[in-house]
Amino acid sequence: MGWAIALHGGAGDIPLSLPPELRLPREASLRHCLDVGIAALKAHKHPLDVVELVVRELENHPHFNAGKGSVLTSSGTVEMEASIMDGQTKRCGAVSGLSTVVNAVSLARLVMEKTPHIYLGFHGAEAFAREQGVETADPSYFVTPENIERLKQAQEANRVQIDYTQPIKKEPNVAAAARIPNGDSQIGTVGCVAVDSEGNLASATSTGGLVNKMAGRIGDSPIIGAGTYANHICAVSATGKGEAMIRGTVARDVAAVMEFKGLSLKEAAAYVIGQVPPGNAGLVAVSSTGETPRCTILPECFVLLPVKMDIQRFPYGIFQLK
Amino acid sequence: MGGWAIAVHGGAGVDPNLPKERQEEAKRLLTRCLDIGISALRSNLPAIDVVELVVRELETDPLFNSGRGSALTENGTVEMEASIMDGPKRRCGAVSGLSTVKNPVSLARLVMEKSPHSYLAFSGAEEFAKKQGVELVDNEYFITEDNVGMLKLAKEANSILFDYRIPTIATCGAGAAAMDSPLQMNGLPISVYAPETVGCVVVDKEGRCAAATSTGGLMNKMTGRIGDSPLIGSGTYACELCGVSCTGEGEAIIRSTLAREVAAVMEYKGLSLHEAVDFVIKNRLDEGKAGLIAVSKNGEVACGFNTTGMFRGCATEDGFMEVGVW
Repeated sequence: MGWAIALHGGAGDIPLSLPPELRLPREASLRHCLDVGIAALKAHKHPLDVVELVVRELENHPHFNAGKGSVLTSSGTVEMEASIMDGQTKRCGAVSGLSTVVNAVSLARLVMEKTPHIYLGFHGAEAFAREQGVETADPSYFVTPENIERLKQAQEANRVQIDYTQPIKKEPNVAAAARIPNGDSQIGTVGCVAVDSEGNLASATSTGGLVNKMAGRIGDSPIIGAGTYANHICAVSATGKGEAMIRGTVARDVAAVMEFKGLSLKEAAAYVIGQVPPGNAGLVAVSSTGETPRCTILPECFVLLPVKMDIQRFPYGIFQLK
Repeated sequence: MGGWAIAVHGGAGVDPNLPKERQEEAKRLLTRCLDIGISALRSNLPAIDVVELVVRELETDPLFNSGRGSALTENGTVEMEASIMDGPKRRCGAVSGLSTVKNPVSLARLVMEKSPHSYLAFSGAEEFAKKQGVELVDNEYFITEDNVGMLKLAKEANSILFDYRIPTIATCGAGAAAMDSPLQMNGLPISVYAPETVGCVVVDKEGRCAAATSTGGLMNKMTGRIGDSPLIGSGTYACELCGVSCTGEGEAIIRSTLAREVAAVMEYKGLSLHEAVDFVIKNRLDEGKAGLIAVSKNGEVACGFNTTGMFRGCATEDGFMEVGVW
């Protein structure tokens, strides 16, 4: 039984018509992050280290809605959140409301390892970051011109959106448009799950949240059981409309149906995604059981394979197994 | 089968040396809250209204650790959090980091009903509260003398350990009360632990379940610390099948997604409410200490805890009523 890793880097609505100059940098970034994760697994790093490393990379890439490149609140600010979980011990850490911390996922890990708590938010989390001496930057570091534009469009349309790459206009592909309520795309988060050859599992998720969200809004990404979950059976990182994922306890449910209904990873993921209104959720997951596949990405249409490019609307997901 | 049912709690993990009058005081408050809930149910209020009403009452009374009477942060301030969930469509609302909102559970409900989101925190939540015109008070309103004393003891005991499962060697200078009882929860001697998160679960005559939980959190917590109470799936959960509210060691509750666990074993393993509660308390908490109350759509009520005691009360439409500590 070898290792497996899967990651997602939601990059906004990705219609088939997405021009190469927007699509290719994102694909390259995703491939780069995957390579970072694979190298770490091959070097026998623990999955907890691997997922943190990969999510840090995703946070640093400005194309993804996490860290630099995070979408903006209704006040034009950035409020980042993240969580991380170790499957073996079920220890976890989470942070919300960060505005200067370069790598939210690393701060989440420090909360897990250096405090008696699991979850720190807002000014308390920022204060902890300073105490820990993690890398911080001026809030403007995280803001990109694309996100300023997205906020402007969302405010003009008076909408709270997950993230979108295209301006809201009539989609040439009508079927695609029909699947997106109000033209919102359903991406907004990055995440990584990994399992090593010993069956140790870990998951991490990070995000800037929803475009034009209210200040103080917390989504599913830092909520254990909603956006992130790992135990001895599987590790899950989910993405989509936070409110739907919270009520659906999406990440937790994948593990629960595997355990309680005996479903395989793939079946469990499909079952749970099926319970959420269409277009509201996606996830990546790996399992420690010997079954194949040990990875799954839902919806399957966004798997980016080494040989065949098959890009459709939902989050970029990518995986590799040994 | 059928009929309404209600349960309330005022925290899991009780100091065995708790003075008798405190115990009686707690039982009186729980009884009063049950009565409020029962009247509301008899007037056909839906479950979601009943849980909010009851938790408001618990927040307003300074006895337990929510609203007025909340545990204090390391800075001596109050940061409150709450969540509420309506079974039928699994609508939910949560708030954290409140410092001026008189009734956190009601703000959580407003988040659910009047905002596009499920969870608001800190200054964003306070802003929203202002806009909604809810009752706001100074932070001092929530602080009680009792808790100021407790905070002092907690700092003296200085035992929020990184691993609370490792027993401490009692530090000198720890309050006398702390020395009496070797029991610990969340790293604090049980006497200063302040476990009394509050919650209420209800199923109404139509079989609709709801749950709500509210707390000031852990005594001497770091500012910004969020516990299990506002986390849907951990401290609170409600769906078509049941409503659950948890209390105890936040870390243990979050890691085991305790509230969701009860519903998940009912949904995916077909367990009854009582079987589910037993199973989860026995098997899902590892060394963590916690308790919970739950109702099912069939009018059943159950509670379970692996702690020394849990302040609780429950009642069903057929006349059953019970309030207890141990």
